[in-house]
Amino acid sequence: MINLKSPAEIEVIGRAGTLVADVLDLVAEHVLPGVSTAQLDRIAEERIRGVQGASPAFKGLYGFPATLCASLNNEVVHGIPSDSRILESGDILSIDVGVRLDGYFADAAVTVPVGEVDAEVDRLLRVTRSALGAGIREARSGKRLGDIGEAIQTGVEEAGFSVIRELVGHGVGSAAHEEPQVPNFGRSGRGLRLESGLVIAIEPMVNIGKRHIRTLKDGWTVVTADGSLSAHFEHTVAISDEGPKVLTQIPVASLAEEER
Amino acid sequence: MAKEEAIQMAGEVLESLPNAMFRVALENGHEITCHVSGKIRMHYIRILPGDKVAVELSPYDLTKGRITYRYK
Repeated sequence: MINLKSPAEIEVIGRAGTLVADVLDLVAEHVLPGVSTAQLDRIAEERIRGVQGASPAFKGLYGFPATLCASLNNEVVHGIPSDSRILESGDILSIDVGVRLDGYFADAAVTVPVGEVDAEVDRLLRVTRSALGAGIREARSGKRLGDIGEAIQTGVEEAGFSVIRELVGHGVGSAAHEEPQVPNFGRSGRGLRLESGLVIAIEPMVNIGKRHIRTLKDGWTVVTADGSLSAHFEHTVAISDEGPKVLTQIPVASLAEEER
Repeated sequence: MAKEEAIQMAGEVLESLPNAMFRVALENGHEITCHVSGKIRMHYIRILPGDKVAVELSPYDLTKGRITYRYK
């Protein structure tokens, strides 16, 4: 069942989303060579638990042991933070975090470079991020899920990368994961019609190489089958009559700085 | 959020160090080492020697800073 949210509920999800954005900002600042992914996990958990009424959404979810999903290089998603995973310059790290605040959930992810990365890796990050942007622009009432999927898939495949099919975005808000599924591929005009009050997490996962994936023996970590690098970006987005509202960003104008 | 107010300064990047750190000359002539804020990292804003940047200093350690903005 698809659960539409009232404006008051979206306001609470938005507060959870602001905390998510704040945690990602804090964790990204600590993404440095020599830091372990478990250290980042502790930083995130401490920040979330410091807020009244907030707790990490992933810890314990289906048995996941940590606050962050920290996925390094060829790991796509669901990497388990560990003291023995030490970041090195040239790595890329996907950090995915969810927060539960006053009973409501928000979820977002970014992939950040560790130190200096190769030009092709930088391009992977930028393409994936702009694919997320293209998906978000389609998230308005009257459009369909297929419009979001096609926008993402087109942007990624034109750049020569591939979109993972087995993992998808999802509804979010009353639970960490709810209906509908939001694929990162598809055909415009197909799928569920979007309407005001729907809150979804759009999360393209993009590989430099082939799109195929497998799961490691730990039961969690998803890696690319060919060992190529993978990037992952995610925002929680509310569909409203005024267009898409991204709930997981820090409301600051200074982010709009022109890039080189 | 941080308890103590950071000191805001402007400076110019002199040198890019390993480990994603930078040596920055402040307006008052001091030279400090700086790391980069999470926001700048998430937006892949590149910082190169010669760039004018905004820097935050902790009142407790004036030899280290945090780059919060890169001017055009």
